[in-house]
Amino acid sequence: MKSFVKLIVILSIMVIGVFSSRLGSASDTTIKLGVAGAHSGDLASYGIPTVRAAKFVVKDINEKGGILGKKVELLIEDDVCKPEMATNTATKLISEGVHLVVGHICSGATKAAMGIYNNSNIIAMSPSATNPDLTHSGDYPNFYRTIASDDAQARLEVDFALDILKLKKIAVIHDKQDYGKGLAEFAKNFLEKSGRAEVVLYEGITAGAVDYSAIVQKIKRSKADGIIYGGYHPEASKIVMQMRKKRMKTIFISDDGVKDDTFLKVAGKYAEGVYATGPKDVSTNTIAVAATEAHRKEYGKEPGAFYLNAYAATQALLNAIQKSGSINYADLSKALKTEYVETPLGSISFDDKGDAIGVGFSMYQVQNGVYVEVK
Amino acid sequence: MEYFLELLLGGLTRGSIYALIALGYTMVYGIIGLINFAHGEIYMIGAFTALIIASVLTILGFNHLSILVLASLVAVIYSAAYGFTVEKVAYKPLRSAPRLSPLISAIGMSIFLQNYVLLAQTSDFMPFPNLIPDFDFMEPYAHVIGSSELVILLTTAAVMMLLTVLIKFTKIGKAMRATAQDKSMAMLVGVNIDRVISVTFIIGSSLAAIGGILVASHIGQINFYIGFLAGIKAFTAAVLGGIGSIPGAVLGGIVLGCTESFATGYVSSDYEDVFAFTLLVLILIFRPAGILGRSTTEKV
Repeated sequence: MKSFVKLIVILSIMVIGVFSSRLGSASDTTIKLGVAGAHSGDLASYGIPTVRAAKFVVKDINEKGGILGKKVELLIEDDVCKPEMATNTATKLISEGVHLVVGHICSGATKAAMGIYNNSNIIAMSPSATNPDLTHSGDYPNFYRTIASDDAQARLEVDFALDILKLKKIAVIHDKQDYGKGLAEFAKNFLEKSGRAEVVLYEGITAGAVDYSAIVQKIKRSKADGIIYGGYHPEASKIVMQMRKKRMKTIFISDDGVKDDTFLKVAGKYAEGVYATGPKDVSTNTIAVAATEAHRKEYGKEPGAFYLNAYAATQALLNAIQKSGSINYADLSKALKTEYVETPLGSISFDDKGDAIGVGFSMYQVQNGVYVEVK
Repeated sequence: MEYFLELLLGGLTRGSIYALIALGYTMVYGIIGLINFAHGEIYMIGAFTALIIASVLTILGFNHLSILVLASLVAVIYSAAYGFTVEKVAYKPLRSAPRLSPLISAIGMSIFLQNYVLLAQTSDFMPFPNLIPDFDFMEPYAHVIGSSELVILLTTAAVMMLLTVLIKFTKIGKAMRATAQDKSMAMLVGVNIDRVISVTFIIGSSLAAIGGILVASHIGQINFYIGFLAGIKAFTAAVLGGIGSIPGAVLGGIVLGCTESFATGYVSSDYEDVFAFTLLVLILIFRPAGILGRSTTEKV
């Protein structure tokens, strides 16, 4: 009985706690920006650059007088990249009166947290969660991201093959490994859905084999006019070399596993004309250069994973508040989808599903021994 | 029909590659009953040596043919030296130990050599120069079989014939056969078995180096790990053909290569390995000693 009373007391304290912070948030004078992700544990290296990026952006903004006359305050919460922790993290942030969230980092944790944010009408923007479902399923209307989704490369490869190269018969080949097969499956599905080209061959090869002449002959027999390959460069260079040695001129399109200098070195003259998707080049973007420099100065080393994506996400969220002049969910959604913002990733906005427009991958082609971006 | 021919030629090439490496496995097994797991690494070292020599000679401005000859020669000698040393260091002290000990020693040697090359060279894939030129007379057939594939086929056939002659008709061949039959008896009749075993390792390692050079110039790239992957398939080929038998290694290699090629061509490359190993299981069920292997009764 005693313990029951204790429980009641604890619960009521918690409830009061929640209420008081809720009430507090309504009348406060700062904009509360949550930063959630893995800040400890195995995957901390994915989450910590995001915290640093958010701090730099917020410091900048506050030095310039904040947004709408209010200072921005960061609420940093760790979810260890675990879905079960992420729900707690989200609840805690909401109880502290967060207005917007940068995060989470891992796709699984993000999915778990999004429902909780949605119930409270809070927008979250991830710099790193690449799972396609997050935007494409429509289950997470309050979700945005500044990184391309896992299927973005396949999408670009297929669009390029259909719209620009006008291919009609395509062979989809992969290396039976997670990355390559995943990509190939997306590409095959996109091709089938489009109905504009036939998938004449869909097969996996064994990585590391000494010879791919059998699959090369099979591609030739299938009369494919193009190949979409999901995998890495060692196999890609063997296949391309054997095809060219067999005098086949079939177009070869692949992913950023192949957009690698080793591929150019190994395949040499046979690499000419090969297409590969790769991340957009941001090395000349002045904001990116400045952001990286700021990190180097403060921490004495290169920023880690997703740093620029997080930088862009923080800027995009704060820009939306600035432009819409409110922290209301509907106003912010509208602003995110209509207003462009200058970020380290270029000038970005968001589509209806929450994917960033202007972020992600470009198509490159090997021309005279180097990868050149195809416009 | 042309498709069948293309697959067959592809299978033969692939099979010849396996066979060249399998010969080394099978010779060593035939003589001392040891599965030399470090054999794949000798193949890899052969390829690396050829790459280094070829790069140096290219910078010095040698012509194509002299690069091919010199690089191959140095690679073969260097690999033979490695094979010789590996035997002296890792297997000879364990010759009278239980059979499991040299096997573990072989695996250790394999890991050691892999990591040695990884640290001494690089973990990246290195481009390998096209040492075998594209022959002009092959141009009309280039869509069916390439020059390097032709060279691989011919080399394997030549090597197998030379080896058979060596073992059947020379003095050292006779000594090898004697050692294979009974080590202590051979010793009693005056065969220097240490020398015979060294020669076996030297020949096996030279063949591996030749295989390494041919394969590397065929596929145009090498890294420290190629020996392991090729070694596994070659070992399978040796077992398939009957380990200990020289024609068996070549036959096993070709059967394995063609099975893989036809499985990819007519079924799906997803199941290439499934077909290859199903075949291995079937053959071992009906002929436990392999296709050409002699079943020997274990002396107790």
